Amino acid sequence: MIEIRWHGRGGQGAKTASLLLADAAFNTGKYIQGFPEYGPERMGAPITAYNRISDTPIRIHSNIYEPDYVVVVDDSLLETVDVTKGLKKDGAILINTNKDINEIAKELKDYKGRIYTIDASKISRECLKANYPNTAMLSAIIKITGIMTKDELLKDMKESFKHKFARKPEVIEPNMEAITRAYDEVIGGK
Amino acid sequence: MAIRERLSGNEAVATAMKQINPDTVAAYPITPSTEVPQYFSNFVANGSVTTEFIPVESEHSAMSACIGAAAAGGRVMSATSSQGLALMFEMLYIASGMRLPLTLICGNRALSAPLNIHNDHSDSMGVRDSGFIQLYCENNQEAYDNTIMAVKIAERAKLPVMVCYDGFITSHSVENIMLMENDEVKKFVGEYTPSEYLLDEARNISMGPLALQKDYFKFKVELAQAMTKSKDIILDVAEEFYQITGRKYELYEKYRMDDAELGIIVLNSTAGTVKDTVDKLRNKGIKAGVIKPRVFRPLPYLELTNDLKNLNALAIMDKCDSVNGYSAPLFSEITSAMYTASLNVPTVNYIYGLGGCDVRESDIVEVYNNLEKIAKNKKIDKVTHYLGLQD
Repeated sequence: MIEIRWHGRGGQGAKTASLLLADAAFNTGKYIQGFPEYGPERMGAPITAYNRISDTPIRIHSNIYEPDYVVVVDDSLLETVDVTKGLKKDGAILINTNKDINEIAKELKDYKGRIYTIDASKISRECLKANYPNTAMLSAIIKITGIMTKDELLKDMKESFKHKFARKPEVIEPNMEAITRAYDEVIGGK
Repeated sequence: MAIRERLSGNEAVATAMKQINPDTVAAYPITPSTEVPQYFSNFVANGSVTTEFIPVESEHSAMSACIGAAAAGGRVMSATSSQGLALMFEMLYIASGMRLPLTLICGNRALSAPLNIHNDHSDSMGVRDSGFIQLYCENNQEAYDNTIMAVKIAERAKLPVMVCYDGFITSHSVENIMLMENDEVKKFVGEYTPSEYLLDEARNISMGPLALQKDYFKFKVELAQAMTKSKDIILDVAEEFYQITGRKYELYEKYRMDDAELGIIVLNSTAGTVKDTVDKLRNKGIKAGVIKPRVFRPLPYLELTNDLKNLNALAIMDKCDSVNGYSAPLFSEITSAMYTASLNVPTVNYIYGLGGCDVRESDIVEVYNNLEKIAKNKKIDKVTHYLGLQD
């Protein structure tokens, strides 16, 4: 079983991204869970969401304390939230940032595991003309976890967007471009 | 053919309601069950059901409208949580007293004050004596399945049924689920033809009129007898459901109980976490098991006590508190049943997860560790424990 914890801020789509990831894994035949930890939700407040992905039915219904992967949708959270708490030694963290990966490593202090970064906000601004980093983050975490190949991801997302944006078909291509770029532009892993 | 899907608990229940296509749904929104009437009102708006949807101004009115519609002979459903269920309290007794077979969805949530939107079982446990059959659900699949079965149970038993599942943990969590085909559900629930109803022109009847002492007593005894008899109906409906879906439901689920020495009884989503913990303890040679009641009303007291008799120690876990200076409802009722069955297994009560406090595997291990100690010493130090309480 793969366990993933998302950190984001209210309004950035971390919850939606966790549900999209659950969808993607579901489409490959897996058992999935996708659930947010609901708090006093406000725009900009830190929020947490979770995914479990498994080959067998999932029975556990607690939050995730020792994730295999952590996804941080907003790098300003690194100052206030202990994002690597409980993260498994052989796991990995993915951060949306425009900072240099070495600088991020310093901010994560004692964390010695794998670090990946991607400037998902930049990709979003360039492709979608707005800061919705979640689809780019989704693509990056799918690459890192190996849940799907690039071709499978593109095919799956195209189907999903066709359904989701049935009334706004003009946003499908920009989203596909964000997905493709994010898959190629994620760096790190050492 | 079953349909492989992934849905949240609320989506699953709303889908079941769509497939049931009841005559009337009256509801007032309250977190975390809001999405149920929200999704359902979409089905009404886009014509995928023919239901009369009544958006009311309070839960008291929601249940009142349901009672009216059910008394008129309709198949009726509603959904609520927490304070909403509390506000319905008065009308729940009217529904059961008039023997109306309506189905009430309860997304379990803590009661105020202090204000809390998260899951515990204070709401449905607070109305446990209202004459509703209560079905409890571990996950989205069970919430969906029990909703479909509830309609049939209610109509056969002539009792209202409450389907309870954990707010947020189940209601808002997306999981895999197997859905039935629309036609299968339609055929399973069938046409509802009430034996008596107010709008029957051929027969003039009244419902819920004044009943003085001896008549009132008789009515209440008949209600209690109907509740007792509903056990067989629940099992019959489960068997019919099993024939179609292959998913087996009983009064309660036993997990690794055959040779268990240490047992836990727990409701709803936590039961899944306990099952995982049991497997891990079994790998270490600890004979742990768990019982998950599906049916709390009627209480399967004879069957349960029979399945507990080989245990060396038992923990009964309650996600609410009776605030009676002693223990919580599940514990009180099951230990009472054990006493009358002359069954003396050392039993403790764990009150856990109030206001949605997360329950971890390590919490469950702590419970089994205590049970090991109790089994070894053959005595209990303390009856009531608060599990996972943080400073």
